[in-house]
Amino acid sequence: MKEILGAVDGWLMGGKKVAIARVVGVEGSGPRDPGATMAVNEDGEVAGSVSGGCVEGAVVGEALEVLAGSPARVATFGYSDDEAFSVGLTCGGTLHILIERLDW
Amino acid sequence: MSRPLFEALRAAILAGEPVVLATVVEVGPEAVGATQLAAKLVIRPGHDPLGSLGDRELDRVVVRDALGALDVGVTTTRHYGPAGESRRDDVAVFLEVFAPPSRLVIFGAVDFSRALVEVAKVLGYHVTVCDARPVFATRRRFPLADEVVAEWPDRFLEREGGRLGPRDAVCVLTHDAKFDVPAVLGALATPVGYIGAMGSRRTHKERWRRLVEAGADEAALAERLMSPIGLDIGARTPEETAVAICAEIIALRSGRGGRPVVPLRDEAGPIHPR
Repeated sequence: MKEILGAVDGWLMGGKKVAIARVVGVEGSGPRDPGATMAVNEDGEVAGSVSGGCVEGAVVGEALEVLAGSPARVATFGYSDDEAFSVGLTCGGTLHILIERLDW
Repeated sequence: MSRPLFEALRAAILAGEPVVLATVVEVGPEAVGATQLAAKLVIRPGHDPLGSLGDRELDRVVVRDALGALDVGVTTTRHYGPAGESRRDDVAVFLEVFAPPSRLVIFGAVDFSRALVEVAKVLGYHVTVCDARPVFATRRRFPLADEVVAEWPDRFLEREGGRLGPRDAVCVLTHDAKFDVPAVLGALATPVGYIGAMGSRRTHKERWRRLVEAGADEAALAERLMSPIGLDIGARTPEETAVAICAEIIALRSGRGGRPVVPLRDEAGPIHPR
């Protein structure tokens, strides 16, 4: 969280809408621990990270949907037979990421 | 737009003050209506909690558990009934703990200390350099240190030792028995999680003898004193030695102290035991 505060300050002062994505659960091997945080503004600019780079692109897409008015959600990324998990982690673990507007 | 919870969280993190952000990350059918996904509480010791998870009793129980998580400095997820009942899992709450940075106290204002300050700052430590000799203990020589103190180690630890805990570390790099002995004795009197002292095997033997003469408990020395300091990675330069020392601090803090540290290649099992 601390590493994104500077960028978020700047975006909020510029009147930008901001979404926060946080790792809230890890199963198996994971690149980052719970609490890893990424911020995304309405222009798609990014600060911080939630993985080793495997899922950041997908998280930005979800964050922009949330900023466009979709409700907060927990997105799950990881290897699974379920086709819903279309973005994989090379390490074989599963990440649960809460994506929400920064309006609190 | 006002963001009272984020503002309180942000201010606490930037000030290095303890704070917990509790966030609802799962809502089962029994709790739908009262509790929303992403509902929050910001919990700071000595302040009223900000926000709500949608149920007063749930808020009360989560605040209690958040303060407990803060004591041990561990981020965790807890499960509750809709009104905070234990042994149910209708609501999952992510308790994200922001504790002040771990402290590293380095005794001895030498070249190895300068490199150790640099590596420890990369790792996020709050770093103090302490040396009894004011000509060496200068801010100019340790620009990255959070604090440079010209004081005898035992006096410094009498004053500050009470604030050191299991997440903190003391490194004694003075190489001089008249500073080493009071520094190690002072550190042993605190609950600090890591105590390391630099020196050759001969220096180590001589220091051990002097420590015992000065009244140190040999069992406590054997259990707590990492001397000669650092993991055996073949470090030669001050920078390499700093990496060897920090690797040892991490290994001990993560519970690897009880067995040899080896390349992951030579082991099986999970890389990050949970």
